[in-house]
Amino acid sequence: MSNSVILKVEHLKKYFPIKAGVFRKIVGWVKAVDDVSFEVLEGETLGIVGESGCGKSTLGMTILRLYEPTAGRVVFAGKEISRLSSSALRPIRKDMQMIFQDPFGSLNPRMRIGSIIEEGMSVHGLYSSTERKEKVRELLEKVGLSADYVNRYPHEFSGGQRQRIGIARAMALSPRLIIADEAVSSLDVSIRSQILNLMKELKREYSFTYLFISHDLAVVRQICDRVLVMYLGRIVEIADKKVIFSRPLHPYTVALISAVPVPDPDYVVDRVILHGDVPSPIHPPSGCYFAPRCPVAERCRKDEPPLVEVENGHWVACHLPGSLSLKRENGDKKC
Amino acid sequence: MTQPQHENMLEVKDIKVYFYDDEGRELKAVDGVSFSVRRGETIALVGESGCGKSVTSMALLQLVDSRGKIVGGKVIFEGQDLLLLPEAKMRTVRGKDIAVIFQEPASALNPVYTIGEQIIEAIILHQKLSFRQAREVAREMLRLVGIPEPEKRLNEYPHELSGGMKQRAMIAMALSCRPKLLIADEPTTSLDVTIQAQILELIRELQKKLGMSVILITHDLGIVADMSQRVVVMYAGKVVEEADRTEIFKNPLHPYTIGLLRSIPRLDREQTKLETIPGVVPDPSSFPVGCRFRGRCLYESPTCCEVPPPTLVGNNHLVNCHHWQEVRQGKETARF
Amino acid sequence: MNRGSKRWFKKFFSNFSAVLGFVLLLFFLGVALFAPYIAPPKPGRDAYMMPIVTWSSDPIPPSREHPFGVAGKRDIFYGVVWGTRTAFRIGIIVTISSTLIGLVIGSIAGYFGHLVDELLMRVTDIFMAVPFLVAALVLATILGAGLDKVIIALIVFSWMYPARLIRGNILQVKEEQFVMAAKALGVSDLVVILRHVLPNSIFPVLIQASMRMGSLVITAAALSFLGLGAPQGYADWGALLNYARNWMLGSQGQALQYWFMTVFPGLAMVLFVLAWNLVGDALRDIFDPRLRV
Repeated sequence: MSNSVILKVEHLKKYFPIKAGVFRKIVGWVKAVDDVSFEVLEGETLGIVGESGCGKSTLGMTILRLYEPTAGRVVFAGKEISRLSSSALRPIRKDMQMIFQDPFGSLNPRMRIGSIIEEGMSVHGLYSSTERKEKVRELLEKVGLSADYVNRYPHEFSGGQRQRIGIARAMALSPRLIIADEAVSSLDVSIRSQILNLMKELKREYSFTYLFISHDLAVVRQICDRVLVMYLGRIVEIADKKVIFSRPLHPYTVALISAVPVPDPDYVVDRVILHGDVPSPIHPPSGCYFAPRCPVAERCRKDEPPLVEVENGHWVACHLPGSLSLKRENGDKKC
Repeated sequence: MTQPQHENMLEVKDIKVYFYDDEGRELKAVDGVSFSVRRGETIALVGESGCGKSVTSMALLQLVDSRGKIVGGKVIFEGQDLLLLPEAKMRTVRGKDIAVIFQEPASALNPVYTIGEQIIEAIILHQKLSFRQAREVAREMLRLVGIPEPEKRLNEYPHELSGGMKQRAMIAMALSCRPKLLIADEPTTSLDVTIQAQILELIRELQKKLGMSVILITHDLGIVADMSQRVVVMYAGKVVEEADRTEIFKNPLHPYTIGLLRSIPRLDREQTKLETIPGVVPDPSSFPVGCRFRGRCLYESPTCCEVPPPTLVGNNHLVNCHHWQEVRQGKETARF
Repeated sequence: MNRGSKRWFKKFFSNFSAVLGFVLLLFFLGVALFAPYIAPPKPGRDAYMMPIVTWSSDPIPPSREHPFGVAGKRDIFYGVVWGTRTAFRIGIIVTISSTLIGLVIGSIAGYFGHLVDELLMRVTDIFMAVPFLVAALVLATILGAGLDKVIIALIVFSWMYPARLIRGNILQVKEEQFVMAAKALGVSDLVVILRHVLPNSIFPVLIQASMRMGSLVITAAALSFLGLGAPQGYADWGALLNYARNWMLGSQGQALQYWFMTVFPGLAMVLFVLAWNLVGDALRDIFDPRLRV
């Protein structure tokens, strides 16, 4: 793994206006992504985890400029892309692609598989028409489908197969960065592992950088090198995978990991049950956003904890890091 | 009560639910499913989407959508076959003796009525209570399921509640008539993990408090390990394996169960390569003849064209596979 | 023909009312196409002008010579047959033009949203706020009588319906992930609209258009009935009804004496509207996403 930074996100904010009344006046803001900064290294897989509404998908969309950022910078391959005009951005889109969550919604139902995969290449004027057709067939086989499927329509495929088509579409432009937004969440267990394996294999072969957005910690553990945890639009913790699953420092990360049910009757975890719901991102609490639900919070309601590096590569936004620890018997097994 | 205390409160025998598509084809969505539920126990019906687990559970209440039909089987609940009951009688069972909570609390609650009105309606329907008494019970139920400020919540509409709170309200409504059996159909699938942990904890607590049995329908084997005492694994409209929880996880004998368990990404360990089950879940219109796992199975042989007989292989451990002995052998040789 | 379209055909014809609508429509098309053979015009005369067959202005009941009778000195059968062409012409021109205008305005409003949307939709609202018949009447009066003026009036006051519909559909389709996916590939806005958004939102518009076709013909007939449409003697169903205005009540003791003056043109109109509505219904059944697997 090389150490060059491929993506740098600096103080990125994405607020959505809430309009009300006859004149659609803006009465407030949903702070979906609220001052987020991090770096992604070339060739790594960074997992972005959090519960629904934490802003992880918005973050992915904003990085790709599918949403316009409210503030902050996104630097991709040394070039700031957050201010580029949409025509100046178009050639750069080739290098950053997305795999979408919904295998049924993400493919145009009225286009044939071949044209769906080919579209990106023709938009960017890559290859000749015959080369593109050849490439499409190659890609289909690469993702484990038959090359003869080019003339079929999306509705003829199952969810897993459609997700493979979505992966082929993203790969067609040989991007450097792939953002996978809940790419396996809607798939059945036995299909999910097939797709995860495929993504791993492709990465090994083409050395993509993945930004893997997911709510499923077990999946993240299998595919990512580093993990970034979000809560209510902010980053609460970033660390290497090994560190985050064995020694999480933020109480929210601890609660999140302990809440995941494990298919092993012998696995016993000291489950941290959080009380209440995630507060609304329209009126986030003062101080640390997690404080109202945090079992160990003290002065946290007043001061907002900054994201600081507590040990090499382990960043936490908490006044009391490590005061809640993950306790489990029959914990990490080597397998 | 003079009624004999059956050990099994519910016995489902060979239930079959077929659907008919536009072309008049018969889709055997549930094809001869049997299991039983003991008093106070939690049984998990587990399988991937389309395996028939939800259809099975709804068929217990004679609730099948218009394209489907219950074509056979028995559902013995407290000594009475529910499938023989006329609709009017059945209505007194639904909601009172057997209650259901659904996956999508948002769509299971009617948006134009307040939470209170909906719970009170359910209570008055089955119990001879005045409105005032029913309201009292409703408030008590909301308190029981851990909804803060129950008095205020009674007057709120579903959209004013968060997803987790809606599911709590659903549970309050389901439990307001103190059912003997609760069918929980993917109760936490639409919820976040930390909220899921709350709801599962709540169901477990209430079950202990009210002494009811639970049929938990889920695709998440983690929840199964966490919640249930017995596990029924379904695949393509049939039961493939049934056993006590520890047995299923420690000593699975059906190739599908084994494949399913191995293909789950695990939170508690790192897997360099996930194991997979080859192929895809077959469509109900093209279920294979004989063993329906045919075509995806590593142990497949010509005998698999015959329907595998249910075999009792150990204490309460039932497996529907021609090759269970080989599977067991294979595991032993792998171990040593 | 692939499997999918086979199934559509099957669905289409498995439905009795769909078949009825289709047959009716084919029948009208046949009448319009073969009008010169069914009711041959006098050579050298404008075929769309109903020839004068009698000098008495009294209606004549159906006879061998005039199977539908005579009204306003003109043969009703001739008028009904050639009026079919007029009906198609008005319907098709108005529907196509108003749908195209609506498509452009609705697409722009829906896809770009924000201020553009706000502006276009308020204009649409203003047009919709005016009662259709009254507005068309006023405009036709200002422009003067004549079939082309009626067509213009109808177009001006009917583009809002497809515009609204397409905007709503686009707002919905715009949120679909495949539109996001196309944007992520770097596809330009125009291509996104043309290739991804429109094909997925056009069908409801087509269905609505086919249903509107029928009602437009009624409106045009109403204008003609009021004397605003076609010139004297022009083959048009509404104009035929206009002749019946003074005779509708029949004579003393014989209320239904002149039934043929209203029944034949009226029947033609009703069946024409029915045909389009049934076809529209059938199209909706076929394209209803809930029925598609």
